[in-house]
Amino acid sequence: MLAFIVQRALQAILVMAVMSVIVFVGVYAVGNPVDIVIPPDATIAMREEVIRRLGLDLPLWKQYGIFAWNLLHGDFGRSFVYNMPVLELIGGRLPATLELVLISILFATVVGVSLGIYAGVKPDSLLSKLIMGLSILGFSVPSFWVGLILILTFAVSLGILPAGGRGETVTVFGVPWSFLTLNGLSHIVLPALNLALFKLAMMIRLARAGTREAMLSDTVKFARAAGLSEATILRRHVLKLISIPIITVFGLELGSTLAFAVVTETIFSWPGVGKLIIDSITVLDRPVMVAYLVLTAFLFVMINFTVDLVFAAIDPRIRSGRQSA
Amino acid sequence: MTAVLEVRDLRTEFFTAAGTVRAVNDVSFSLDEGEIIGLVGESGSGKSVTGFSLLGLIDAPGRITGGSVRLNGSELVGMSRGELRRRRGREIAMIFQDPIATLNPLLTIGQQMGLALSAHERLSPKATEDRCTEALERVGIPSARARLKSYPHEFSGGMRQRVAIAIALLHRPKVIVADEPTTALDVSIQAQIVTEMKMLAREFGVAMIWISHDLAVVSGIASRILVMYAGRIVETGTAAEVLRNPIHPYTRGLLDSMPHATRPGEMLRQIPGSMPSMLSLPPGCAFAPRCPRADAACTAVPELVQQGGRSWRCVHPLTQPDHEGATA
Ligand SMILES: Nc1ncnc2c1ncn2[C@@H]1O[C@H](COP(=O)(O)OP(=O)(O)O)[C@@H](O)[C@H]1O
Ligand code: SF4
Ligand SMILES: [Mg+2]
Repeated sequence: MLAFIVQRALQAILVMAVMSVIVFVGVYAVGNPVDIVIPPDATIAMREEVIRRLGLDLPLWKQYGIFAWNLLHGDFGRSFVYNMPVLELIGGRLPATLELVLISILFATVVGVSLGIYAGVKPDSLLSKLIMGLSILGFSVPSFWVGLILILTFAVSLGILPAGGRGETVTVFGVPWSFLTLNGLSHIVLPALNLALFKLAMMIRLARAGTREAMLSDTVKFARAAGLSEATILRRHVLKLISIPIITVFGLELGSTLAFAVVTETIFSWPGVGKLIIDSITVLDRPVMVAYLVLTAFLFVMINFTVDLVFAAIDPRIRSGRQSA
Repeated sequence: MTAVLEVRDLRTEFFTAAGTVRAVNDVSFSLDEGEIIGLVGESGSGKSVTGFSLLGLIDAPGRITGGSVRLNGSELVGMSRGELRRRRGREIAMIFQDPIATLNPLLTIGQQMGLALSAHERLSPKATEDRCTEALERVGIPSARARLKSYPHEFSGGMRQRVAIAIALLHRPKVIVADEPTTALDVSIQAQIVTEMKMLAREFGVAMIWISHDLAVVSGIASRILVMYAGRIVETGTAAEVLRNPIHPYTRGLLDSMPHATRPGEMLRQIPGSMPSMLSLPPGCAFAPRCPRADAACTAVPELVQQGGRSWRCVHPLTQPDHEGATA
């Protein structure tokens, strides 16, 4: 187990190093931020002064060197636009995204897996067919369209839920959270639902396919022959047998949604990191873009690592045999 | 001897989109306490479905459509799901061909045995551990208590099947249905398991239905043999008689295709053709298209003839037993 963790950690460091180079070079290639950062009426002298202060006159490898060196010391640089530490800037937006994404993914997983298991156990029932119809719908309609429909229906026509913003927040450990107030919660419902729909559809399909396969397996037949009740079989056998693909997808979705909740955040004016990154791309706020992408890569590496650990905890064959894989 | 299991005119059908499959067709037999009978036939002849029917484990689109199964005197056909579940594992148990597939790879042996125990009994963790240890020791698993914490992949194929047998024996059922329990194992292990199960059956007074496509394996353990073809029992008799003097041409064919039945150098004689699809059984005797003795008389389904402790479904039997039960 220790060898597995060390090996994974080394792998993670390598991935992060490579990612930081790719991100840095990639963002450098996007365009020159000087014209945006410096007011058009600035003198040549002021201009050169700013360029020197931002380090934009140095060759690329030197710029990267400074960036990497600072990064290793936990310094992601300062935003050109907001003129504040990038980490602070992203940190201020992260809780909003975090709560939105976690709520929507947990909802999608819990509801999706439950519905999927039901549809897998009773494939011929009317309700199962309804569930599968819902999942096809969730796959095929575009997310932004669903967002607009949700706003039109619940905010505009019915007027029972707010159309955007975070609502009231409560500060816990110095961080503002919406889901702890009733008003905040009412603001989360629509964007979370919007974000959850696709994932819900996916979880339903995944859980149904796994359940159907498991229910036909000899493991379940043998458990039935031993007199186990269907409830016990579902809880103790089937849930475990289907968990590996579900956890994989849960991890991947968690990462990609945290990083790219942009569409939903924009539609619902949710002040999360998604909006921040879009804004910083339009003004070429290079440190924010770089830091954001590096953090996203780090997030994926950490999620993959956690997922692997969870696998090992669930499946004894991975623990004993495939440590070198 | 009293019968622990009596099956009368059992019928199990699958209602599929392609048509109705009568996988078990008017099957009757009885099983005495502690008796081991063998159920033989080619793949697809309905042996497994027969086994599952006895435990009430036929899922949609299948259903038992007729007949009776009496276990320890109570009728199982038409019994409620809950009642059936309470009998499974306690009065009648089943083991399967592939122990890799039957045991859950993600649970320890102890956890799986615990689940099987708690299906019928409430025991303290300590008592559960003792019972499971005891059960593993009975089937010859060394350092049983420690092995409760092991996972299935940490056992060899033979050991895994022993674990499955231990689970089946946990509640000391009267009947065990063993569906090709040695087919997936090495030949040397096969023989061991057969011997051990014979001993266990005697020790516990448990009766067994030993299902196999292999007449050789069955003849090593069963005292009586039922030969199944296309959903029907076509011949029954004591193992010795069926092997020595088969009555049904299908049984003869099975015997001829056994390796040791032929002299060295001689080719194995397989039965020509293959089992007809259960969706389109030929009218009359289902074996007729492959039978060397078939003639016009075989276009009606042959009646079951019972004589001298044997029975058969064939209008042109190869031999006929006399009334004392010895075969001419
Ligand atoms: N779930 C099912 N749906 C439809 N047909 C089935 C099903 N299970 C078994 N059958 C049919 O029943 C017949 C007997 O199968 P089985 O009892 O498994 O044969 P055996 O165990 O003798 O090899 C086969 O023709 C098979 O196609
Ligand atoms: S009834 Fe006819 S076809 Fe069927 S086994 Fe007997 S002889 Fe062959
Ligand atoms: Mg079978």
